[in-house]
Amino acid sequence: MSLRVDIRKRYKGFTLEVGFENGDGTLGILGASGSGKSLTLKCIAGLESPDEGVIVFNGRTLFDSAARIDLAPRERNVGYLFQNYALFPHMTVWENIAIAIRGRRAKDKAATVSALLERYGLAGFGDRYPAKLSGGQQQRVALARIFAYEPGILMLDEPFSALDAFLRENMQIELLRIISEYDGDVLLVTHSRDEVYRICDNLLIMDGGRIDTRGETKAVFADPGNVRAARITGCKNTSRIRKLSEHRLLATDWGMELETTRAIAADHTHIGVRAHDFSVTRGKGAGVQNEIAVSAEHAVEGPFDKTVLFRVADDADRAREIIRWICDRNEDIANVRRLFLDGDDILLLRGGSERDK
Amino acid sequence: MAYAVCRAKNNILRTVLDAFLTLPLVLPPTVAGFFLLYIFGVYRPIGSLLARMGVKLVFSWQATVLAATVIALPLMYRSAKAAFTQVDPLLLQAARTLGLSETAIVFRILFPLASPGLMSGGILAFSRGLGEFGATAMIAGNIAGVTRTMPLAIYSSVSGGRMEEAYRYVIVLVLISFLFVCVLNFVSDARSKKYRPDDRRRT
Repeated sequence: MSLRVDIRKRYKGFTLEVGFENGDGTLGILGASGSGKSLTLKCIAGLESPDEGVIVFNGRTLFDSAARIDLAPRERNVGYLFQNYALFPHMTVWENIAIAIRGRRAKDKAATVSALLERYGLAGFGDRYPAKLSGGQQQRVALARIFAYEPGILMLDEPFSALDAFLRENMQIELLRIISEYDGDVLLVTHSRDEVYRICDNLLIMDGGRIDTRGETKAVFADPGNVRAARITGCKNTSRIRKLSEHRLLATDWGMELETTRAIAADHTHIGVRAHDFSVTRGKGAGVQNEIAVSAEHAVEGPFDKTVLFRVADDADRAREIIRWICDRNEDIANVRRLFLDGDDILLLRGGSERDK
Repeated sequence: MAYAVCRAKNNILRTVLDAFLTLPLVLPPTVAGFFLLYIFGVYRPIGSLLARMGVKLVFSWQATVLAATVIALPLMYRSAKAAFTQVDPLLLQAARTLGLSETAIVFRILFPLASPGLMSGGILAFSRGLGEFGATAMIAGNIAGVTRTMPLAIYSSVSGGRMEEAYRYVIVLVLISFLFVCVLNFVSDARSKKYRPDDRRRT
């Protein structure tokens, strides 16, 4: 299984310019809304035509502007799960699934539909209309419909955004199971870092129509490389730095000196610290430990944790940037005077991104 | 026709076509009738061609059909256009990615989804055609037993002082129109209820 995409499409004030290849595994495209991630999927599906470039899937050219190849969506063999599932409202669940069956399986359509209904936990729902189903059921119908079509690639466009938190969790687990049983490629577009982390092996981060960062998902989360990627992978604290020595830096926005485990390079202009990585106790790891004198300003209690906003302790005129720390909600922040930060947990970042090089 | 206009890519062409198809709705029916007479008159190119083929359109019962069709067309066209544009484009995109051919999409997705709008367009157009007066009078005249439609018959009865006769025509016309609208409303209601969300189940 392989997918190669290298396309450009210009609009007024927005240019989509993406190039990537995906071998095995699930590829996640993470980006804020308007970053061009859905548009990329639509170009692959053939619902939008790029101005120029090539799209090749498993050796078959779907689009090639130079050779004037632009296959119609139905010739591309792609499955597209729409954000709102796009079930046909005038058809029953059964008809919705049956309409996508083609080729050799058309002979025993009834048996195929029954098997799909069974498999996606929809047995007995065949004669219902989509409007009478819950969000989770609708999504399962949409998935069953796509698999009735037997696509070579499955593209999921913000698949969980229309579900409530409880269902979302369940469907994510279910989708992982479905993907593991599916032998085609999977592309997941989302703005949720949790979804990407749970589901995708590899990751692209898109910003303003371009690819910002790419890599293996866990590696990108561990070392995002630049400020934008750090923020989108959920890093809540970033600061500009001044390098003091190979392992020592001054975080200028925060007004504190920190020691890092990794060597600081000349082009590292920022650092990031995830809000979970501060601790009230000295870490047990062998890495360098930074002890920071802090004064907590404000705390916002969530259902399971607490977000504490703090500054360095000697910041009398409050000129420094606020830092976020997410801690256990039982933490008594009034008595917290210092926090520890493992040198391993400091993300060394470049201000620009991959494409600026 | 409406589908073709909706799909036309050229903006200017679309606007012009749209205006042309809507024109009979905004013109006085007599003007529309005048144009029809102008086009299909026996001494006009199209009219004389038809005449040579043995068809004399003007002042025949076929002319009443032509007049009613031309006058009712914009109502049908506009309702159909509105019905098509209201269909969620995502559904059509979904159909394309599921391997349906364009023809299959039109007949299995677009038409069924637009059907309530198409039907109400049908009701409007039918009623308008039934009541057509001006253009009919222009191109078909008011020949008893040949081109006298009901609205024209009513006009003749009243102007001839035969009020009893006029009453009968009026009652028939009102009943037919009323029944037609009721039946079609009922049908389209039943159709759409089937796949609309059930309010009781919505939380």
